Amino acid sequence: MNWDPLILTFQLASVTTLLLLLISLPLSYWLAYSRSRVKPVVETLVSMPLVLPPTVLGFYFLLAFSPGNAFGQWLDHWLGLRLVFSFPGLVLASILYSLPFMVHPIQAGLSGLPASLKEASYVMGKSRISTLWNVLLPNIRPSLLTGIVLAFAHTVGEFGVVLMIGGSIPGQTRVASIAIYDEVESLNYASANFYSAVLFVITFAILLLVYLINGGYVKRFWR
Amino acid sequence: MISCAIEKRLSAPGGEMHLALDLQIRKGELVTLYGESGAGKTSTLRMLAGLMTPDSGRISVDGQLWYDSQQRKNLKPQLRNIGFVFQDYALFPHMTVRENLEFSAGKANAGVVSELIEMVALGDLQHRKPSTLSGGQKQRVALARALVQRPKILLLDEPLSALDFKIRTKLQDDILQVHREFGLTTLLISHNLGEIHKLSDRVIELEQGRVLRDGPPEDLFLSSRISGKFKFTGEVLKIEKAEVLFIVTVLIQNQVVKVVAQASDIKGLRIGDTVLVGSKAFNPVIYKLN
Repeated sequence: MNWDPLILTFQLASVTTLLLLLISLPLSYWLAYSRSRVKPVVETLVSMPLVLPPTVLGFYFLLAFSPGNAFGQWLDHWLGLRLVFSFPGLVLASILYSLPFMVHPIQAGLSGLPASLKEASYVMGKSRISTLWNVLLPNIRPSLLTGIVLAFAHTVGEFGVVLMIGGSIPGQTRVASIAIYDEVESLNYASANFYSAVLFVITFAILLLVYLINGGYVKRFWR
Repeated sequence: MISCAIEKRLSAPGGEMHLALDLQIRKGELVTLYGESGAGKTSTLRMLAGLMTPDSGRISVDGQLWYDSQQRKNLKPQLRNIGFVFQDYALFPHMTVRENLEFSAGKANAGVVSELIEMVALGDLQHRKPSTLSGGQKQRVALARALVQRPKILLLDEPLSALDFKIRTKLQDDILQVHREFGLTTLLISHNLGEIHKLSDRVIELEQGRVLRDGPPEDLFLSSRISGKFKFTGEVLKIEKAEVLFIVTVLIQNQVVKVVAQASDIKGLRIGDTVLVGSKAFNPVIYKLN
């Protein structure tokens, strides 16, 4: 059996989730507390991947990053980045595609905390960053976990975006969901079944773990 | 000395309200803000703490300018060194009692933590999380935590409203004690007349964002000033007619006392009213208790 597509899938999901977490923390914080007029626009943009067909997103990425276009040429020339049919391109597309799955839980978690927690910390002389790190984030651990896992699982499960911008280059862009599609097309049902079963079991296990942790079952078990 | 002349438009439950205050609070005073909900009491405390920005005006404390709309100056709450006790206590749920105080202390005031834990008798609870504490215990933690940074000014937003009588009395004593020991200027919000009499030097009654009355509690809540030697506030439990007189049963602290009254005294008096019981016509007698 060829494990490459599965390994590539989990590599992509891990890198994407890590970068998403770094981007989503400040973004969610801003969305939770800002009263800016552009906030509704930003909120809409963040949520777009929820409703847009992934192929639309993939199509525009393909156009934008293609070396035949000005932006793609600029990236290639100045940064040496070839984002079409490459792993970095997949990561970038996945980040945008899974953004709402990370941002929404963290934003909801922060909005749900009583304002007095933040204010109490400010009155003690603590900066915004110290307050976020020491007071707010530790109290939204379940939301953080939900965000991380949903973003990870969603990246594992993506198909349309990856197909459009990554194609199916073995070892580079051929992730498990694409491999399954390819195997079925060539009537190779045994391989397709293998990839599918592995994905099924792993994602089930990850989601189950989240519900167990957030529901307090794990804590009760250890006691 | 706090000097504060501020204006702010607020959306209160009964429509928009215009808060306009001009207050001078002397150093070491214990002032109660009194008034109906929505009168602007909490907003006043929040603007002093820097958690809410006035529309215009000026706040200065001990000659230091905290807020001035003309100079566009607005000192951050982080730099005002105020102790603030929130109505919901705002204890950090993921930290133990001790960690709550230590977080506030940082490295500079670390020595003070043990002293404060001792002072409000939290020693046995110091390693517990706030969710396992009772309301009175949480309030004591909140009070201790507000004092860790040795503030000059202590602001308390309805600190005792959610507590039962016995714990209230204990905490009133705690507040008086820290007010004196730390040399604080204290502003607190309260609706309880007994509490106001016991604690405050001065009451400021707000109505619709304006100062309605301002003075010592005796002046505000009694129509005529009584120069009694002994004065206690209590709650009327029962009014009975006995021949030509009336017997009024009053709960003072946690003791039930019967007071003889005339028909004119009890006019307008109802069960549940807060009253002041004073005596001046006889000499008190002292008995040793043990």
